[in-house]
Formats: sequence, C-alpha cells, structure tokens
Amino acid sequence: MSEPLSLSDTSEEEPATRGVRISSAASPARRRAFAEALAAWTLAGPAVFFLLVLFFLPVLGVFVIALTDWQFGARSLSFIGLANFRQVFADAVFRASLLNTVVYVLIVVPGTIILALLIALLIESGKSCRSFYRAVHFLPFMATLTAMAIAWEALLHPTIGLVNQALAGLGLPTANWLRDENTALPVLAVIGIWQNLGYAMVLFLAGLKGIPQDLYDAADVDGADLWLDRLRTVTLPMLGPVSMFVVIVVALRAFESFDTVKVLTQGGPGHASEVLLYTLYRESFEYLRTGYGAAVAVVFLAIVVTLTLVQVRVMDRKVHYQ
Amino acid sequence: MGSAIFHGDVKVTAMASVLIDSIRKNYGTASVLRGVSLSIADGEFLTLLGPSGCGKSTLLRILAGLDVQDSGSLLIGGRAVDGLRPKRRGVAMVFQSYALYPHMTVASNVALPLRMRRLSVFQRFPLLGRLLPATARIAAEIDVEVTRTAKSLGIGHLLARKPGQLSGGQRQRVAVGRAMVRHPAVFLMDEPLSNLDAKLRVQMRAEIKELHQRLGGTFVYVTHDQAEAMTLSDRVAVMLDGELLQVAPPQDIYADPDDRRVAEFIGSPKINMLEGVVRERGLIDVAGATITIEADARAGAHLTLGIRPEAFHLADHGGQGILTGFVRMIEHMGSDLFVHLDLAGIDHPLIARLLAERAPHIAPGQTLHVGVRPDRVLLFARDGRRLRRQAESGRASVTPIRESA
Repeated sequence: MSEPLSLSDTSEEEPATRGVRISSAASPARRRAFAEALAAWTLAGPAVFFLLVLFFLPVLGVFVIALTDWQFGARSLSFIGLANFRQVFADAVFRASLLNTVVYVLIVVPGTIILALLIALLIESGKSCRSFYRAVHFLPFMATLTAMAIAWEALLHPTIGLVNQALAGLGLPTANWLRDENTALPVLAVIGIWQNLGYAMVLFLAGLKGIPQDLYDAADVDGADLWLDRLRTVTLPMLGPVSMFVVIVVALRAFESFDTVKVLTQGGPGHASEVLLYTLYRESFEYLRTGYGAAVAVVFLAIVVTLTLVQVRVMDRKVHYQ
Repeated sequence: MGSAIFHGDVKVTAMASVLIDSIRKNYGTASVLRGVSLSIADGEFLTLLGPSGCGKSTLLRILAGLDVQDSGSLLIGGRAVDGLRPKRRGVAMVFQSYALYPHMTVASNVALPLRMRRLSVFQRFPLLGRLLPATARIAAEIDVEVTRTAKSLGIGHLLARKPGQLSGGQRQRVAVGRAMVRHPAVFLMDEPLSNLDAKLRVQMRAEIKELHQRLGGTFVYVTHDQAEAMTLSDRVAVMLDGELLQVAPPQDIYADPDDRRVAEFIGSPKINMLEGVVRERGLIDVAGATITIEADARAGAHLTLGIRPEAFHLADHGGQGILTGFVRMIEHMGSDLFVHLDLAGIDHPLIARLLAERAPHIAPGQTLHVGVRPDRVLLFARDGRRLRRQAESGRASVTPIRESA
C-alpha cells in the first residue's frame, strides 16, 4: 500500500529515482508471485502433461485425420476437407448404425432405470437377505462383458440354447435370437440392461439411504401415506440427483456399447445390430479407412457431448432444488 | 369436536383432549417408555421436557402414529387412536428438521396436507387429474386457504420459493404453516426451535406462544430446553429414563418439585444439593451449620437439602442457620452475582445468587456468611423423593397425573 504514496512523493522532484524505488519495492512481491506460479505449474504440470499427451492431442489428431483420406499403414495422405463427413452422412450403413444406436439407447436407458429403481425399492423395503440381493444384481456389472457375452450366446443358441428350450417346453414360439434382424438389436439391448442394472441399482440404493426418514414421517402425517403417494411426494423427488447421474452414465455406456455386438452379432444380420462404435471400429481397423473412421468418431463424439450437456443443463435445474 | 369453522380471519380449531394411558415401548432390550400416563386438556400447551434419550420424542412419535407402542392406549378427543394411521388421528407435526419437501415450493408444501385430504387419488393424478370435474374448484379453494395461512405467518411473499432458498426462521414458519393449514385438533412439535440461532429461537418462541393463543388448539411440545418449557407451557411434564417424574405448571416444577431429579434438571445455575442429618425435631446439621427446619423425619435420618441459588441472602456473621464458606469465584451477571462458595465438608462449591447492589465488596478468598429461609429449603429423602412439610403437603400434587374428565 505504500507504493502509490512513494510514487506521488517522488514523481515531481526526482523522476530518475522513481524507477529504482518501484523496482526495489516491487521486486519481493514479483519474486513471490513468480515462486507461486512456479509452484503451481510444478504441481499441476504432470497432470497437465498427461492430459495433453493422452487426451487433447489424440482428440486433435482424430479431428485432423478426419479431414484426410489416410488409410491405416499408407505412406501418404492428402487433405480432402469435409469430404469424409459428406460421405458419412450419405452412407446408408452409417445412418442405419446411428438409428440402431438411438433405438438401443432408448431401450437400455429407460429399461435400466425403471428396473434398477424397482429392484432397489424392493431390496430396501425388505428386511432379509439384502446384501445377497445386492450382490446378485451387481455381479453382471463386475463381470467381463466379453466372457458374459459368450455365456449369453450359449443361452441364446437356436437349438441347444436354454432360452429356446425353455420356450419350446412351454409351447411358446422360439427364434434364432441373434441371427434374426427383428430380434438381434432388442436382444442386445436386453443384455445391455442386464449388465447396467446392478450399477444403477447400487446407486439408487445409496440414494434411498440418503433420504431423511423425517420426510417420510412428514408425508405420513400429511396424509401422503399410500405407496404411490410416498413415491411421488418423497422417494422420486429425493432421488432426483442420483437419477440424473444414473441416466447420464447409463446413456453414455449404452452409446459406447461395443463388446456384445462384436462378440455376438458383428453388427448383423445385415446391419440390423450395427451400432456407432462398431461401425467406427470396422471402418478403421477392418477396412483400414482411418480418415473415414476418424470422421465417424468426430460425429460420435459430437453426439455424445451434446447429449450429455443437454441432459446436465435440463436436468440439473430440475433435480437440485435450490 | 366438529370440523374447523371460519369466522372471517378467526379460526376455530376443533379441539381435543389427549389421554395417554400406561404407554410402554421397548427397542430390543432397552426400555424407552416405562408405562407413561398423562392427560392433556383441550387447548392446553403441554411440554415434554427431558434430556436427550429420555423417551420424549418417542412418546410424541407414538402420539403421532409414526411409532407403535408395545402396550398402553391413546385417546385423542375421547376417541381411541391406537392402530390408526397418522392422517386419521387429527394431529399435525412440526419436525426438528422441519422436513419440508425440498422439490416443492412453499405453496405446495403448505398445500400438500389439504390436497391429500380433499382430492381423490384420481384427482391428484398428474395431468389427467386436472381434467376431472371439481379438481379445479377444490384446488382453487386450497390455494385460498394456503395464501391465508401463509399471510398469517408472514410468509405470504415466499409462496413461490423453494425451501432451499429460505432462511432457518422462514423454513420454521413454513413447517408451522403446513401443520396449521388443516386445523388439526392437536399440534405435535418435536424440538422445533433447536436448529435456530439463539436470537431467532427467542423470537420464534414468542411466536409459537402467540400461535397457541390464536389457534387455541392442543399443543404437545417436546424440548430439552428448560427455558422453552418454562416460557411456553401451561404445564410441563418432566421425563427421565422413560418415566414421567412430574407434571405441573412451570412455577410448580421450579419451586415445588416432587423429585430430586426434577429439581436438579430445572434451574440455571443448578440447585445446590447439600447432605444433612436430622439432629432432633426441627434441627438439621448441614455443612458445619445447623438449620432450623421442620422435617418429617426422625433424629439421625440422612436427608438432602435442595437450595436454589437465589434462596440465599447475605448475613453479617455466622450463627444458627447461617452457612459460612470461602469465596472461590464470582460471576458477574449484571444485576446479580453468582458467588461460588467452598464449604467445609462439601466437595463441590455452593452457588449463591446475590443481588449485586447488596453485595458490593465480595472478593475471592474472603469468608462469607449466607443465610437461607427455612421455607425455601426443599427436603429430599435418600431415594430422591421429596419430603414435604405438613403445611405444604396439603396443596402439593402428589401424583404426576392431573385427572381431567
């Protein structure tokens, strides 16, 4: 605080000494600021470095490659502008893949949320074997999906699979689940629900535990004591923040589904179960059209980021009651 | 016991007495309520006072129907309510945490009890319910009542806000509004002020008292704060370890306690408890002095003398009935002094509350003589029971139950 004072004191008489004074007064402060900045960069440095090298540069790389006609392993490439993107949107396979992905997400997200919430409510309302039910429903999430997919393949086998045998035993029609274009995608979605269910359920259980008993008591006294009224007055609203998190995470996981498609259907029959990530994989690593694959990746990224942002913006206002 | 009637702004609430008959409650092996019986009159403000864990909140929850007693019965307005759901008991409750629904506006919070009562399941159904006949009319009526209630509590301007945007005092008012909007016969309040800061607590205390006078309903109020109990109540029920020790008006609880534990729980600073021995009829040896007190005990009996700090007065010199000790510490409280005295044969200091203007020159270390009027000494038997002298036993209430028809 003394600097401005000394400035005005000296400015009229001795302009020459002014600079000296300032630097002598300011240098400890400047040195301190420099030390602080140094410490900050030293501490943040490793994280920033790895973030750059492992995340931002590759993303940037993808953006650049998407503008080229590069093929994996090729020695030369040329920039072709937005030609890849034009091709992506004109491609029937991509459009089918996009539609399949949307359908898949629209089945998996509501299916997972509703079932997980129901199971969480059932587990929470009962007294016995809670941890058993929790563990049983959580197991699929912990298991390696590729291995589990093989188990599903066995279950769904058209002739010796347990599903068809059970259906036949009950006198119900059977199907070649993974080879029929009408059933392949829904069956994959059911497996997706099965896999995400436990995760969503555990989150809902944690959310249920966090609801103050007082609110249920108040609802009782206020007359909202029927199951549905309690659910609408207390349980669902209080699960809002958890639900928002679950919806976003499950939606992201559904968008990124790949393993089951790769192992069980390879996108078939035809392109009936082709999803975005599988298209991306096939274009890039089977057909080696890396530039085109990168364009698909950019579109995929844009869709996922946009959807997530929209979800966060829309839901955040509705679930945090401030 | 009819429903609420309106006279302009004056609300006449259906009133109800409450009869609690030998309620017992155990949690596992822990006995929380050991046969509590209590009768609360129409329109009475009764406070359940006790330290945490004494069972007062459990009793309130049983009254509300949120917990179920193991045995005993409850009557509200002459009607047995055991086994009835909370909403059928005609009670409203204000919770310590306020328990407001955070996703609803103040208006919706206050309206909820009315919506639940007056609208059918179908009329409450989202979207479709609005299309049913009468829904709009009933909803409009509810709106009017909610607005009137909110205005009477000074929260009319907050109706569109959510609880998260309100201060502690405002939330408290919303909780009270939600309770009073449907004119319950009995208000149950579970430590409603304990989440407020000290200043606001005193203000809200006055408002609750005023609310009781305005509404005229029966209030059952749970607190561990003796100041709240003393200022608000028509009668205070002191609870300890799942039992009612005494039920009496605040002044009796303070001046005429039935039990040593009541005397020790009420009053700040705490009542002085001195061990004494009856020398002969009318004389008790205590702390190196002999006091003239008519005690209904034989010579040689051990008694406890309870003396409130303000029952002492300064004496010029020692003598019969005068206690003498060294001043250990002095607390200045403005108009009063709290003088801590070390007495011979007593391990904890005696606290005397003296008028500051009467005791100007007291300093730590000096010898002080204090006298006490015999009629201000409370005598307790070794088991903690109050020993009343002949003269006062006539007016004293011996049982903690006030019978009301």
